[in-house]
Amino acid sequence: MVRLEKRPSPSAFWQWATPVLAVVLTMIAGGIMFALLGKNPVEAIRTIFWDPLFNEQFAAYSRPQLLVKAGPLILIAVGLSLGFRAGIWNIGAEGQYIMGAIFGAGVGLALYPVETRWVFPLMVVAGVFGGWLWAMIPAILKTRFNTNEILVSLLLVYVAQNILASMSLGLLRNPEGGGFPGSRNLGQIPAMANPELIPGTGMHWGVIAAFVVVIAAYVMLQRHILGFHIKLSGQAPRAARFAGVSPQRLVVLCMGISGALAGAAGLFEVAGPSGQISIDFNVGYGFTAIIVAFLGRLNPIGILLAGLLMALTYIGGELASFMLSLPSAAIQAFQGMLLFFLLAVDLLTNYRVRFGAKREVA
Amino acid sequence: MDIGGINPAILIASLMVASVPIILAAIGELVVEKAGVLNLGVEGMMIMGAICGFATAVGTGNPYLGFVGGAAGAMALALVFGFLTQFLLANQVATGLALTLFGLGLSSMIGQGYVGIKPPATQKLELGPLADIPFFGTILFEHDWMVYMSIAIIAAVWAVLKYTRTGLILRAVGESHDAAHALGYKVRRIRMLAVLFGGAMSGLGGAYISLIRVPQWTDGITAGAGWIALAIVVFASWKPWRVLLGAYLFGGITVLQLNLQAAGARIPVEYLSMSPYLITILVLVIMSSGKGKAALNAPAALGQNFHASR
Repeated sequence: MVRLEKRPSPSAFWQWATPVLAVVLTMIAGGIMFALLGKNPVEAIRTIFWDPLFNEQFAAYSRPQLLVKAGPLILIAVGLSLGFRAGIWNIGAEGQYIMGAIFGAGVGLALYPVETRWVFPLMVVAGVFGGWLWAMIPAILKTRFNTNEILVSLLLVYVAQNILASMSLGLLRNPEGGGFPGSRNLGQIPAMANPELIPGTGMHWGVIAAFVVVIAAYVMLQRHILGFHIKLSGQAPRAARFAGVSPQRLVVLCMGISGALAGAAGLFEVAGPSGQISIDFNVGYGFTAIIVAFLGRLNPIGILLAGLLMALTYIGGELASFMLSLPSAAIQAFQGMLLFFLLAVDLLTNYRVRFGAKREVA
Repeated sequence: MDIGGINPAILIASLMVASVPIILAAIGELVVEKAGVLNLGVEGMMIMGAICGFATAVGTGNPYLGFVGGAAGAMALALVFGFLTQFLLANQVATGLALTLFGLGLSSMIGQGYVGIKPPATQKLELGPLADIPFFGTILFEHDWMVYMSIAIIAAVWAVLKYTRTGLILRAVGESHDAAHALGYKVRRIRMLAVLFGGAMSGLGGAYISLIRVPQWTDGITAGAGWIALAIVVFASWKPWRVLLGAYLFGGITVLQLNLQAAGARIPVEYLSMSPYLITILVLVIMSSGKGKAALNAPAALGQNFHASR
């Protein structure tokens, strides 16, 4: 008989080994899924995980994309991980990402055609503010009315999507666009663009921000009292309250930080790789970032690596749908599967698996 | 008798149709939560039900088998959720989210070949002269069988939870799994069955969307219905009949805004389409703020994993 025995403290080895194990298991299960779709599983997995980085034909295009895709994922996931650690579930990062993009682009376009280098920093501030504001709605409702933040933050994604549609058809539409939906291309306006800083790397301001945030979050969790409070609230909520941690303040802080970072990610995306506000501007980074946060074990350094890996699956998925005509939705299912395996093998961190019947003690 | 170009009898009749998916998904989730499990994957299970039901109905040409297929597809996903949370003790919130992300991806993958196909039509129930009653005939007696079925399911869940031993055991497990375990009830097995029931109901709801309400297949067809169902369970403070009330309220707003769009109201379409979500949030706020009454009624062990140490 299989039995589970709770470990006195989480296993340090499995804490780092489970994400790796989950990735391997996902590759196997994903291979089976691709085989069922009639593709060669080995070739599909190689196209997703190997070719974007090392195939001479594609690497030149794909390698820079790695940072472009990883930047927003890491930025959002680090913010989310703080809340997840404290048991505060902001799952509406997608909406905050959209609102950040709208606020940032809105400020930029309102100033058009001003040509000073202060426009872009101003847009960043507006983007951060937009995401923060959108996250404050579930936070305030949680602290004032005890409303479930999971449901409110998620429902607000649908509201944000409708606002996005309205903006790209109305207020922010390019007046010189011949009536097509979508804003002016911010990437082509020097004062507002978020360009590739070093050619051929994909490095833009958003990626730099992501690296800075990873370091800042790491330092905060290790050295700052706020980081301690966050960890304490997640592990022992009762003890945290006795220690004088205000749960309400923590909700506002964690939701605010994650919203602000998601908003910043949205702004960097709209001013850089995406270029314009359009109806289908958001591609689900806000949801994938949830997987990234868990895959990185809610640890900033882990999230950095997980973000790169998840970016790789995006690029590899595109490549596979182009080369092997693998359905593009397959990669989304693949990413979901990864989260399943991760949560499943996480058992090994907190429990020992014992075989055989339990021995009676004394 | 029209008000602003909208016929109230037809409005109420279509409200009843619009709320069926939410009723089904919400009553399923209510049972799951009564057993102390929080499954946030309703959206994912619904959309799997939508595509599996659609594929089965198109494949067999039989809409009734379609509903069976939808329920089975969603139950398969619920099984994964149950196994992860009950046997591998995974975090329920995270597993539910994974279910939704995975369901959305998988459904769109399966659905690729089904875009633009029409499913076999489901017949309306022939109720003869009843349908000819003015006003009420249109509202009550011109529906497909699932509309009546959904109300019957609510009645059944209410009766089982309130009057039977099964219902009592289910609630005991949801209020205190340790006490239920000490009394000798199989906590994991009971929760597993509840999760599967919730999956089947979500699947029926999803299949209803793709087979009757829309009826066709598009990516992301459920459009947040699963999340609204979750909100309606809170709104209903875990009471079956209030699920009906909440679902009709939501259905009414959905239908009303669609009618306003069609009637060419001066409010932009986007603001009308976001109104159901905003109203749901508003309702959640009202319910949860009323001196914590709704919160008091929540099953005490909701969202907590059970590990028998003895």
